[in-house]
Amino acid sequence: MGVEGIGARVTRKEDKRFLTGKGRYTDDMTVPGMKYAYFVRSPHAHAKIVNIDVSAAKSMPGVIDVLDGRQLQADGIGNLICGWMIHSKDGSPMKMGAWRPLAVDTVRYVGDAIAIVVADSSGEARDAAEAVVIDYEVLPAVADVAAAMQAGAPQIHPEAPGNLIYDWQIGDPDAADRAIAAAAHVTEIDIVNNRLSPNPMEPRATLGIYDSAEDHYTCYTTSQNPHVARLVMSAFYNVAPENKLRVIAPDVGGGFGSKIYIYPEEIVCLWASKKTNVPVKWTSDRTEAFLTDAHGRDHISKVKMAFDADHRITALKVDTIANLGAYMSLFSSAVPTYLYATLLSGQYAIPAIHANVRTVYTNTVPVDAYRGAGRPEATYLLERTMETAARELGLSPAELRRKNFIRSFPYQTPVIMNYDAGNYEASLDAAMQAADWSGFATRRSEAQARGKKRGIGMSCYIEACGIAPSAAVGSLGAGVGLWESAEVRVNAVGTIEVLTGSHSHGQGHETTFAQLVASRLGVPIESINIVHGDTDKVQMGMGTYGSRSGAVGMSAIVKALDKVEAKAKKIAAHLMEADESDIVIENGELKIAGTDKTLPWFQVALAAYTAHNLPSGMEPGLKETAFYDPSNFTFPAGCYIAEVEVDPETGETDIIQFVAADDFGNIINPLIVEGQVHGGLAQGIGQALLEGVHYDENGQLLTASFMDYAMPRADDLPSFKLSHQNTPCPSNPLGIKGCGEAGAIGSPPALINAITDAIGTNRLTMPATSMKVWQAMHAAH
Amino acid sequence: MTKVTLTVNGRTMSGECEDRTLLVHFIREKLGLTGTHVGCDTTQCGACVIHMDGRSVKSCSILAVQASGSTITTIEGLAGQSELHPVQAAFKEHHGLQCGFCTPGMVMTAVDMINRHGGSLTEEKVRAELDGNICRCTGYHNIVKAILAADAEMASGRQAAE
Repeated sequence: MGVEGIGARVTRKEDKRFLTGKGRYTDDMTVPGMKYAYFVRSPHAHAKIVNIDVSAAKSMPGVIDVLDGRQLQADGIGNLICGWMIHSKDGSPMKMGAWRPLAVDTVRYVGDAIAIVVADSSGEARDAAEAVVIDYEVLPAVADVAAAMQAGAPQIHPEAPGNLIYDWQIGDPDAADRAIAAAAHVTEIDIVNNRLSPNPMEPRATLGIYDSAEDHYTCYTTSQNPHVARLVMSAFYNVAPENKLRVIAPDVGGGFGSKIYIYPEEIVCLWASKKTNVPVKWTSDRTEAFLTDAHGRDHISKVKMAFDADHRITALKVDTIANLGAYMSLFSSAVPTYLYATLLSGQYAIPAIHANVRTVYTNTVPVDAYRGAGRPEATYLLERTMETAARELGLSPAELRRKNFIRSFPYQTPVIMNYDAGNYEASLDAAMQAADWSGFATRRSEAQARGKKRGIGMSCYIEACGIAPSAAVGSLGAGVGLWESAEVRVNAVGTIEVLTGSHSHGQGHETTFAQLVASRLGVPIESINIVHGDTDKVQMGMGTYGSRSGAVGMSAIVKALDKVEAKAKKIAAHLMEADESDIVIENGELKIAGTDKTLPWFQVALAAYTAHNLPSGMEPGLKETAFYDPSNFTFPAGCYIAEVEVDPETGETDIIQFVAADDFGNIINPLIVEGQVHGGLAQGIGQALLEGVHYDENGQLLTASFMDYAMPRADDLPSFKLSHQNTPCPSNPLGIKGCGEAGAIGSPPALINAITDAIGTNRLTMPATSMKVWQAMHAAH
Repeated sequence: MTKVTLTVNGRTMSGECEDRTLLVHFIREKLGLTGTHVGCDTTQCGACVIHMDGRSVKSCSILAVQASGSTITTIEGLAGQSELHPVQAAFKEHHGLQCGFCTPGMVMTAVDMINRHGGSLTEEKVRAELDGNICRCTGYHNIVKAILAADAEMASGRQAAE
């Protein structure tokens, strides 16, 4: 592997700028003449806009202009869209209500943008926003799905009667019903997956710059996928044609899904820059982030799992209702369908599965993908159900899982996915050994002697990453292809730039992608730069989400490297008068195999550009582009074990140990992969113990700051025990699966299984706060 | 508008600002030192931690005019003439950062923590001391490891000097 190549624990190339304050995030950008924006937002969850009076605001100090939705509409700016078409089981298309970047006649959630104020300073913009007078006719609002689905509930969009967006299904309902009727045992459980706020530490921001001389727009933005932002803003929102719109996502301070989507603010700031003829910058504050960043999860489900007399699962039947908020965000429709229900087979051979999913509008901020996106919901549902079944059947949780593991691959599930490889028992065994599972009974007795309730819980997760063959997702309704691109540009002196459509916002691509190139060519990683995040520099790309940058983004680099190497070998063969097939690339040299005849890499690069002596007919230069479209999803899987102690007096949960055994296939950089798991675990543990978005019955957000929404802090978490099993993925050239989301997917059920084991009652919902745990203990007695 | 003069990273710097301007906004917008970040509005996240007269301060919780006349160190000035401060080096070595947004505040908090408890930090103590800094990427695992390693290294450096 070498000290810098694939598999090495290389410290990150990008760290120095972040450690010395030289990171360049969107809010750090200033350009001459730049002004500041503040958005006027609805204080009501549901209301008609009767009148907007901006006259007082316009005369406030420093104000350049105040613009509203009617002007935006008059200029032809389009509505926001959801880019994944889902059809209901009756064949009808999903019911997408209009989402205007600035609301014109109706507001549908607290925080819905109505007008933009542009002023000399952010303080003046904020002051003037206070002076915008809006008359509302307040309408009844609904914040949860149960209320939204009741007869006579307030109607949120005229396009969606009963607030129902779609009523979709997957699998075979009759087969599932038959198996349940014939079962020796049926476990039934209601599952709630709590609503979360992603909260990357960098709030969203955007800087819109209109150049009237060139009729050209530049958009700096906090995006995980700048090319998709440009595509959508051009093709659907009529901001500008693609050749007149440059989108730059510079350093981005975390995303976790919430920065995939194109929000109203980017569109409005670009448009406002043209209207006012000044560059316009907007930076979200944290309360605005809680109010307007897409939330995650928010499912309620009813589950039946059937077993035969030998404790083999014979069927799974799931009925889920998902809250999509007030509008359909960019990929919102795909999350509770193809990213969720297709994973309901988990690690288990289940002959019959049926899932029905209804999605519902409410007067809350839109809900979309958040770290894991559908897969945490599937895993939580399955692993809580498996644990409950084991308790009902009087079996050890490990043995019930072991008995039902899929053991032969490829394995076709009844819900679309075709698992290409896996070894679930290896992760289970590794986790149980690391957790000293067999010593738990002794530890429990010891804790009992101290007056503490000790519990242990496991979770065996599977997920699907590297989304996915473009033709396959297209047939399921995706509006885009999900390939990735790379250009490997060898300079005349042999240094290398790799242009990638993936985007790094914490994942360390500048290091791992360089490791791949270093491995292939044997050149030092200092001589390799990774270029990303700018539509003017990088060819079209699809961005980073769903743990796809390794499996898809790096595979594109492999393809481009193949082409570069092939051309370099031709040049070297020509220069050394050897046969092309005898040339090998080793340690930064091109060598005639079996001889000591070599050419340094830089000489071959130089020869490509001087073009004085190239093979006949060869074009000068050494630069190749590749687009890689995966042949399948990848399927990371693993086993997590949590051990907790609950204080019976207070209900407080202390995590004694947390073990994660993950199979990510081949690993490029273990240091970075471990970091991804740590971060995912913290978010999953946060969901299980601390985090929850709460709206009151009128749709007012009660958790709109870090004072009210409990983010995991250092003293809420333990250090983690990690191990890796490495079953290579056969579906991509590097054999890698993806590691970004596993921690957040596998950890919540392990925690809740452990706490319910400790307190001896199975009824507990996330977040399992001290109060809820205490109440659950006392309700049980 | 009020004139504010500070000694920042060893240099005297002045600027005009409104009385309501927070120190963090003064540092970012008037002085152009954008390494200090704003991650919340309620003094919870610690992305804005700087050192003021030798102590760590959340620069979002103080007005620029209140700070006038004080001596400030921001992340940009921490290493002085060296390549990296030992705490910065330890964060790199142990992968104590991912997106980098909370990092300046984390590092400034860690340096202050080591200044106050040098050589006696434990994992439990570090976790308790990090209560005012939120990181969403790392799960804190490697931040804790980095701070403990930096503490040990700086302690051995002090011993060697004695």
